[in-house]
Amino acid sequence: MTDMLSHTARDTSRGPVPGTAPRPRRGTPLPYALLVPAVLALAVALGYPLVRQVVLSMQDFGLAQQFGRPPEFVGAENYRQLVADGYLWRVTLRSIAFCLVNAVLTMAIGVGLALLMRHMSRGVRLLVQTGLLLAWAMPVVASLTVWQWLFDTQYGVVNYVLTGLGLDYEGHGWLLRPLSFFFVATVIVVWMSVPFVAFTVYAALTQLPEELVEAAEIDGAGATSRFRHVVLPTIRPVLLVVGLLQVIWDLRVFTQIYILQEAGGSARDTNLLGTYIYRLGIGGGEFGMSAAVAIFMLALTVVLTAPYVRAMLRQEGET
Amino acid sequence: MSRPTRPALRATANTLGVLAFLLSVFPVYWMVNSSFLARNEIRSPTPTWVPFGGDLDNYRTVFATDQFLDALQVSLMVTGLTIVVALLFAFVAAVAVSRFRFRGRLTFIVTLLVIQMIPVEGLFISQYKMLKAMDLLNTVVGLTLVYVAGVLPFTIWTLRGFVAGVPYELEEAAMMDGCSRVQAFFRVTLPLLAPGLVATGVFGFIQAWNEFTLALVVMTREDQRTLPLWLSTFTDVNRGTDWGGIMAGSTLIAIPVIVFFLVVQGRMVSGLTSGAVKG
Repeated sequence: MTDMLSHTARDTSRGPVPGTAPRPRRGTPLPYALLVPAVLALAVALGYPLVRQVVLSMQDFGLAQQFGRPPEFVGAENYRQLVADGYLWRVTLRSIAFCLVNAVLTMAIGVGLALLMRHMSRGVRLLVQTGLLLAWAMPVVASLTVWQWLFDTQYGVVNYVLTGLGLDYEGHGWLLRPLSFFFVATVIVVWMSVPFVAFTVYAALTQLPEELVEAAEIDGAGATSRFRHVVLPTIRPVLLVVGLLQVIWDLRVFTQIYILQEAGGSARDTNLLGTYIYRLGIGGGEFGMSAAVAIFMLALTVVLTAPYVRAMLRQEGET
Repeated sequence: MSRPTRPALRATANTLGVLAFLLSVFPVYWMVNSSFLARNEIRSPTPTWVPFGGDLDNYRTVFATDQFLDALQVSLMVTGLTIVVALLFAFVAAVAVSRFRFRGRLTFIVTLLVIQMIPVEGLFISQYKMLKAMDLLNTVVGLTLVYVAGVLPFTIWTLRGFVAGVPYELEEAAMMDGCSRVQAFFRVTLPLLAPGLVATGVFGFIQAWNEFTLALVVMTREDQRTLPLWLSTFTDVNRGTDWGGIMAGSTLIAIPVIVFFLVVQGRMVSGLTSGAVKG
């Protein structure tokens, strides 16, 4: 598995070296023709909506427009309203807090497991990898239903076990209070995200030159300083990219929150950016306003994505 | 083997390892377990840990409803169409990017990377409005359109690596032996690309089969729901929840994904992090 990992990684990064592999004639229109279908699909399904959304975010487009009234151009009015609205800021802060808590927990558990895996017996390591792979492969909606069932108020295993431990959890409704709601959401998101981190970081650790660790040990470096000066520098690029991906993914979390809200959480007290946009626009018909929130969310993502794209492009520049 | 591990460290690592295994596996096990249990075993104050004496009643219930079969049909159509179209488009684009040098090549690649990071949640409002204007809401074509755009960037990005992995000299040699460029491509390069096409096809399958958000936005009518939508409406606060049925449905949806996932898992990691893992 790790073999496959590093192989493809290398294949992608190498590509034919210019000069050794003669390329077909330069300046032919053929490559452009080959790109047409993909570019067209992306332009229609993503490019056009993006432009349209910018326009929409500057229009007064609410329920009246649904019934045929032409939308009116209002400039930055939607944005002005949103900025003045305390609720958007609450949702934004909530999203960022949720994102950071989940990303930090996922990284801590994932990296911890990856480090521990090197010290496990073969059999246990195989067991862990099998378990992680299963959790990783579970479809989002399927894992959501199972976790809801585990946290069920009446017949859920979690309440049963906690009550058995002498705590008062009989008939405890996990989704009713916002903090408890987000606790359940965090358990689900972290459970689903840890495998990717653990596998990727473990793969990076296998590339660690063993002689280096040994040499450091002979030189009298303790476990902590070995980790700081030998292990960490080797896996730092991987940690950076994986951590960044976690932040980006956890900022946009939608399915988990939406389904838990439908299962009994209060939407207003638990909305994150994604569900807020959905409920404002598709739920409430306020398309102008929800488009403005969506643009705001895109801007937030772009800021976070820039370092990831730069890291991915470093290799592209080498070609 | 590498350095010996201290016994205390090994014991700790093993203990935590077993714990991690249990925590990651238990929900999956619980899904399968509950899917075999009868209603009175599910609705009992003490959980039934092992499905001894269980039966297939829950599965029968699932198949007995038209909703499941309808959703299965929609899911199969959307998934199949997405894979075919995305592979076709991505393949020719990957050939362009890895076999030719042209103006705008780097721009195209950067654009792919940026697009891949766009959250659907930031765009689905206007995608909804566009599909509505095109009269494509609640249609397989409409959902496929947004799905194809969703998987294209990753698919092109990954296939590009596979195409680049087939040396151009092979094609050239075939051309010297009298093949035309097109012939050389189909007889030499394409067969070598089969594993890559399978891997990216499976990736597309998993994406489209599991996708929830866009399906929720595009398929608003009950008879056009995909499987994840069907499953999510099962858990309704207002009705008494039929956990056995839900778990049977979840198991049915999860099985093909888990099987396929095991096939391509390594490649999914590398596609996302190849920039960081230096070759």
